[in-house]
Amino acid sequence: MNREDFPVLKKDIVYFDNGATTLKPKCVISKMDDYYLNHTSNIHRGEYDFSIITNRLYDEVRGLVKHFINAESEKEIVYTSGTTESMNMIVFGFMMQHLKKGDVVLTDRAEHASSVLPWLVLQKRIGIEVRYVDLEDDYSLSVEKLKKQIDDKVKVISIAHISNVVGDIRDTYSIGKICKSKGIYFVVDAAQAASHIPIDVLKDNISFMGFSGHKMAGPTGVGILYGKYDLLEEMEPLKYGGGMNQEFESSGDFELKEVPIKFEAGTPPIAEVIGLGEAIRYIESIGVVNIHKHEVELKRYLVSKLKNIPNIILYNENSESGILAFNIDGVFAQDTAIFLNHYNIYVRAGNHCTKMLKEEMNIRNTCRISMYLYNNKEDVDRLVDALLKSEDIFKVVI
Amino acid sequence: MDSNLRREIILENYQNPVNRGLVDDDSYILKNTNNDSCIDNIDIMVKVEDGILKDIRFDGEACAISTSATSVMINRLLGKSVEEAKEVLKNYQNMINEAEYDKELLGELNVYDEVSRQPNRKMCALLPSNAISSILKMLEEK
Repeated sequence: MNREDFPVLKKDIVYFDNGATTLKPKCVISKMDDYYLNHTSNIHRGEYDFSIITNRLYDEVRGLVKHFINAESEKEIVYTSGTTESMNMIVFGFMMQHLKKGDVVLTDRAEHASSVLPWLVLQKRIGIEVRYVDLEDDYSLSVEKLKKQIDDKVKVISIAHISNVVGDIRDTYSIGKICKSKGIYFVVDAAQAASHIPIDVLKDNISFMGFSGHKMAGPTGVGILYGKYDLLEEMEPLKYGGGMNQEFESSGDFELKEVPIKFEAGTPPIAEVIGLGEAIRYIESIGVVNIHKHEVELKRYLVSKLKNIPNIILYNENSESGILAFNIDGVFAQDTAIFLNHYNIYVRAGNHCTKMLKEEMNIRNTCRISMYLYNNKEDVDRLVDALLKSEDIFKVVI
Repeated sequence: MDSNLRREIILENYQNPVNRGLVDDDSYILKNTNNDSCIDNIDIMVKVEDGILKDIRFDGEACAISTSATSVMINRLLGKSVEEAKEVLKNYQNMINEAEYDKELLGELNVYDEVSRQPNRKMCALLPSNAISSILKMLEEK
């Protein structure tokens, strides 16, 4: 759907690497161009017309994000550079001060590096324990198995809303309820979820959440940290500088601005924030529910076709998202991706930053197809046609 | 070189590489080499005795180019002196990086003379030579 909105799709490509980054619609590009061509200025510092326009466009994005994830207040929306920075801020700006030795962070082995490595560093630094919930046979995370791992030591549950290789949608509502009843912080990596499924931080009792603009039709270099207001008040900035301080003196005294501005030191990615706002408007004009439905239908169609090809191994055919991990039997994933590139089909090969998943899957590398709103049955048919020719793979890749 | 022959040599060395499997032996020097731009992950170990490369072994998960290049490289280097091996490695790296090189020194390694046309595969082709070069360097510094 809406393929005409994406100028790059005029090229003869099948783009199936949306889990890495999505293509950008014309409206987002134009909105950013407009900032550079017509009202370039810094924010919150100028009294001139350009600055007033920029301020308005920049500030109003907080309201769009608030609505997009159903936060209580715009003050709970912090602009960051992306999910990675958001997750690091949560762990090192809040958790490091609020957890102590022996406290347990519950997570799983399908998580992305950005959601695991900060915890592993904290484990080394202050002696928390990172505990892993075993995945189900289809590599999904179930609430039942998660519950079994919860004891008094568990202070944080940190999971992806949708995992980036398995593509399973986690039951954040049930997990959030457990967290609320037991006083556990609930940290959610929504990088693969934002704009693919509806997000409701309030209903799901989410304490902190991060996501990236570029994985949801927006620009690179911008993302969001959501935190409940009282938690953000207790959180410490990881960056200090211009724009975030109220006052500082040579005596050494200083006072920071309030949440969320105290986390946004330095000149922010202004064009990118404005572009993210436009991406949210665009997504909402289509409807997240419609995007999800479209992706799931397309995945089912793809799975039904691939099941007829004997040498294709599927790893997550049942997950209810647009993500499918596969291999050609006996072929290294990278060679498959190079083969598909020969047919202008773009997929990702590798461990997809989930290096611990091999402990569950017994396979290190896969090819990943990840869909978005503009993919269609024709894309799937082209992929299937190419894979049907895979007996020629080494004639192509060598 | 005839492209069918080129493919045949690469494919044979990919599907049936020489000296696959590591050994537990302190007289070897081991190097793990990860390809920064992709997902190849190979361990290579070299045994040098009296200045001669007596054995080279490898294991790991890698693409057709990395795996086969490791196998072809092992065949080319076995039995050579450290100095001779360094010359082969230098010329091979030059070939991949589109610099001047001596074709005569490279033997079957010449099958990779077109890899430089695919920039994303250069790192794959360089994986074994980078690893063995750094092992030889480690030996010198010992």
